[in-house]
Amino acid sequence: MFSSEIITMLLEGIRDTVYMTVASTFFGYVIGLPMGICLTVTGKDGLKPNAAVYRVLDVISNIVRSIPFLILLILLIPFTRFVVGKSYGSTATIVPLIICAAPYIARLVESSLNEVDKGVVEAAKSMGANNFQIVMHVLLVEGRTSIITGATIAMGTILGYSAMAGTVGGGGLGDIAVRYGYYRWQTDIMIITVILIILLFQLFQNVGMKIASKLDKR
Amino acid sequence: MKLEVKDLTKIYKGTNGEVTAIDSVNLSVEESEFVMIVGPSGCGKTTLINMIGGLDKATSGKVILDGKEVEGPGPDRGMVFQGYSLFPWLTVKKNVEFGLKMRKVPKEERSKKADEYIKLVGLEGFENALPKQLSGGMKQRVAIARTLANEPQMLLMDEPFGALDAQTRVVMQELLSKISRETKTTILFITHDIDEAVLLGDRIYVMSRRPGTIRDVLSVDLPKERSHECFVLPQFVETKKKIMDMLWQESQDAALDR
Repeated sequence: MFSSEIITMLLEGIRDTVYMTVASTFFGYVIGLPMGICLTVTGKDGLKPNAAVYRVLDVISNIVRSIPFLILLILLIPFTRFVVGKSYGSTATIVPLIICAAPYIARLVESSLNEVDKGVVEAAKSMGANNFQIVMHVLLVEGRTSIITGATIAMGTILGYSAMAGTVGGGGLGDIAVRYGYYRWQTDIMIITVILIILLFQLFQNVGMKIASKLDKR
Repeated sequence: MKLEVKDLTKIYKGTNGEVTAIDSVNLSVEESEFVMIVGPSGCGKTTLINMIGGLDKATSGKVILDGKEVEGPGPDRGMVFQGYSLFPWLTVKKNVEFGLKMRKVPKEERSKKADEYIKLVGLEGFENALPKQLSGGMKQRVAIARTLANEPQMLLMDEPFGALDAQTRVVMQELLSKISRETKTTILFITHDIDEAVLLGDRIYVMSRRPGTIRDVLSVDLPKERSHECFVLPQFVETKKKIMDMLWQESQDAALDR
């Protein structure tokens, strides 16, 4: 039904999309996880409340989250070029994706950790655990199911954003959909890419939820 | 460990102004003594024990342990809560080992100690069970073993048996009484259950309605070995009646306050 070139292109599109999504989610957590932990710890009912630190993180995260992704993508072009040497293609898309995802992930992590039963935290405190031990042995362990569920949601959102980057030459399935579907009116290819994106989304979702329910001991 | 509480007051700042939870509470617990605090619900019992445990800060007044003022939680005081607060992702044994692990006790010693306290609370054979597989009474046994494994010098217990059915509660009370005789741990125990207070305590502090203050203190004249048979002894009934009268008076006054 399609020529081998188109099939190769679609396969490369899948590869690029998976690469962008997985890499951005990973690096998003490298930044977002510690940031989320900081938000929880310094929050009003946290282990070590600190209004100043909380406020700074809070403002940064709100500013970044309130800029529409496409605009952020364009705003960050000079920075992206500085980091990876070019401003188009899938590797270049990862930079703004990480910056956009990290504060969002930090919020997800914060709410996951805040869900942890306060009684369990008090019990650990009363047994002489220090704040670092409580974060490592109680909050992150008890919150892991919720954190993984959050990661699944984050990954889905990042997948959607990576497709959006296609409009400015970002690579991946979104790029193919825009170039063939929008500029060339090849609806069949657009539909195929959309189906592929949906399938990828489902795949990420299922794997994430499976892991989360495996880890749930409650 | 000897505990002294001096003029302890806690005022919460709420949206509708200030609320005094407890007001100038003075009490003491001697080494190896089993002391009960009984009071109507909402009288600030939990606030009081949380401040002694170091989980909450007092507005004024002092908590003194063996001559030193308390500034935060510490392994010298073990707390047991009504809601068990077990770690749901850890097995019974790992729960009991938790505090020792946090204090970097070597693995073998940890394991030995955990086995010892699991045996003391009668949970042999359940070492590898997860909390969700246990009944309420068994969960509270784990919580007690977990706290005791830390070898605290003092146990602070906040209505630990409040969520258990009547029969299980008596079994647990007898178990705790036995543990206190065997380990000679100093215990401060909070309850609203008068039977429980008289059955377990060497001395009983009776609290008033909110703002909570100490209304009276009574000594319990029962044999050292406490069991369900104590419930029908004349000394038991007499002490129980005294406390009931006091708490009844409190509830009458509370009704007039409204």
